[in-house]
Amino acid sequence: MASSDQGTPDAALIEETARRVVAEYPPGSTPVAELMGAWYDAGLEWVYFPRGLGGLGAPRSLQPVANRVLLEAGGPEPRTVATIGYGIIAGTICKYADPEFAARLLRPLATGEERWCQLFSEPGAGSDLAGLATRAVGDGDDWVVSGQKVWNSLAHLARWGVLLARTDPDVPKHKGLTYFIIDMTAPGVDVRPLRQLTGRAQFNEVFLDGVRIPDSQRLGEVGSGWFVANSTLADERTSLGERVNARSSGAIADALRLWAEHPENHSSALRERLARLWVRAETHRLTADRGRVRAATGSTGPESAITKLVGSELSQAVYEYCIELLGPEGTLIDTYSPAAPDDESGPAGIQRKYLRSRATTLEGGTSEIMRNIIGERVLKLPQELRNDKNIPWRDVPRS
Amino acid sequence: MSTEFEFTEEMTALRTMVRGYCDERSPEPAVRAAMESASGYDLDYWKGLGSEIGVLGLAVPEADGGDGAGLVYQAVVLEELGAALACGPVLGTLCLAIPALAALADSQAKKDYLPALISGDLVATVAMPTAGGEFAPGRVTVTAAPAADGWTVTGTVDHVPDGVAAGLILVPASTAEGVALFAVDGSAPGVTRADQFTLDRTRRQATVGFDGAAARLLSAPGEAADVCARTVRTAAALLAASQVGGAQRMLDLTVAHVTSRLQFGQPVGAFQAVKHRCANMLIEVEQTRSAAYHAAWVLEEGGDDPDLAVSLAKAVASDSYASVSRAAVQLHGGLGFTWEGTPQLYLKRATTDLLTLGTGSEHTERIARLVLDERIPAANLPA
Repeated sequence: MASSDQGTPDAALIEETARRVVAEYPPGSTPVAELMGAWYDAGLEWVYFPRGLGGLGAPRSLQPVANRVLLEAGGPEPRTVATIGYGIIAGTICKYADPEFAARLLRPLATGEERWCQLFSEPGAGSDLAGLATRAVGDGDDWVVSGQKVWNSLAHLARWGVLLARTDPDVPKHKGLTYFIIDMTAPGVDVRPLRQLTGRAQFNEVFLDGVRIPDSQRLGEVGSGWFVANSTLADERTSLGERVNARSSGAIADALRLWAEHPENHSSALRERLARLWVRAETHRLTADRGRVRAATGSTGPESAITKLVGSELSQAVYEYCIELLGPEGTLIDTYSPAAPDDESGPAGIQRKYLRSRATTLEGGTSEIMRNIIGERVLKLPQELRNDKNIPWRDVPRS
Repeated sequence: MSTEFEFTEEMTALRTMVRGYCDERSPEPAVRAAMESASGYDLDYWKGLGSEIGVLGLAVPEADGGDGAGLVYQAVVLEELGAALACGPVLGTLCLAIPALAALADSQAKKDYLPALISGDLVATVAMPTAGGEFAPGRVTVTAAPAADGWTVTGTVDHVPDGVAAGLILVPASTAEGVALFAVDGSAPGVTRADQFTLDRTRRQATVGFDGAAARLLSAPGEAADVCARTVRTAAALLAASQVGGAQRMLDLTVAHVTSRLQFGQPVGAFQAVKHRCANMLIEVEQTRSAAYHAAWVLEEGGDDPDLAVSLAKAVASDSYASVSRAAVQLHGGLGFTWEGTPQLYLKRATTDLLTLGTGSEHTERIARLVLDERIPAANLPA
């Protein structure tokens, strides 16, 4: 009953295991790192990972079984403890790193004791990530890395990073990249804050100047970095999240609240606009639900491709509406000091969310790229003729 | 009934069957022929839907002579009929009359009419005024008077879907006690039907006149308004499902076109302006699908305010199908503007659907009233 002939755990075993952990390490009184360490050791952090690496070799669809127990016991959402690293990075480590190295990395990642960052984008390589220029040159058992990365969340706190660097500039761009684990405390790593239009410096730039990375920290073959980076993106897309969104929650909740709080600014035009935004928000929520139901049956469809795009544009439209509904109050803000905490629940919360929302159509794939992806991968429309894919990277024009 | 949005294998099989039937019995040349014909549809095609593949009574309980599968299954059928631009009394019989009869308390009336409607042998419609996407009792233009052996009705109703084809006409009429619902034999003395030339030739409408025509009471004042309201609601949900089908078909056709049409040495679908517009069409189709099927599931199973769910479905479907069909015309280039091109057929269907049973704006206004003014509890229901 607990497991099949081959020892594949089922929902009952996972639930039983989870309940045992939260009983022995009550979330209310156990330090988070200790709780999540026990959670990891019991194989519940990523149940679909192998035993010994925070998993039980169970189907991925059973992860919510474990997480529900933890949340109901007052524990944290595991993704919020590990933050960056929980999803794509852990998956890549599990798939490509030596088991010993993986074990070294994954437990402190799960407990939050070691933070991670992602070093992919560069000032000259955003949407065209594969065109990146950071160089890794072989030197004995090491690689020597120099270049500049950008948009690196948490790099100032990270112990480790995942890095994509160019190991061969003489082959077409996609073929000359290699994937590394980088020790963020190594000499030559210089993290500097990057200030956004919100005033805050939520992101960083990372300058790499002759940083030595042992070849043992390379994941995947030399030249297969693009493949390694993308192979785990597919896994990430299947995990659509277990949280079910409530109607009238999220951005639209702010709009509804403001509407109720500012009767002096009501007009029929604003009323109609709000109703249309509510319709958009509700429809988006239903599509996300539909995508979740489909994913639970193991099939993929267009829903997941569109929810990021639609959600990002909707959130912008909602805050554009909110700032208008605020009237003259919308011309004020509390502070732009980078040192001040980003208080989205304070008196200038709407203004802050409005400014922050301008990034939703840029981060995680611009809306233009998302539409290309929908067009090409979902609708199977032909790609534009490209002149940069099959020539040596060195010969591709760059700005 | 399965979990919301869980499309079962049976639903997929149903969809495949209806699509196959339409591909074979109602391909585009047949649609164009029906458009040109006097009746507007192929009788055998309609009868086949009822008697050969049995898809007209899926939402009618077995006790009343139907299949009992439920409204979501019926919605799947509507989606495919919408995709195929099926000609025939889809709106009058399938969306309006059958749900109206199924909503009656009078089981004799159901027994008398439903089996023939479900088999496709009898065609019916409902001559009902709507405003703002709801049944509008204040706009009933027909009055009923008691007669020796029942009732008679007098008055005129415009824009009655399938009014000429209908052998049975359901009509709300005012009595001394309020609005009641009656059944009238379409070919009875005192009934006149005048075809109104429609913009969408795949859908027929008539002005129906009653002059002391014999009528049978189906639902008395007090209940009738509720029966009519539920009928409009079900009809709007089913219509929204058919709008999903039409929009999907236009997306598919457009993608095929821009993939094969070469200009400047490459398929025009490779250009981002075209590609992005197609991506936007996909988004609209999928949003419409979510909203329409949510309404169908809610009307079948509960779980939300039915008026809110239906208004959401019709608002989204109306605006999106129209937008997608207009984009289809545009992305076909000059061909899209021709009579012989396919997009024009769907443009006209989408335009008519947008105006039927409540426009996007009317349903948005209804949503504004429910969510913003009345702040109904369902507006803040967790999923």
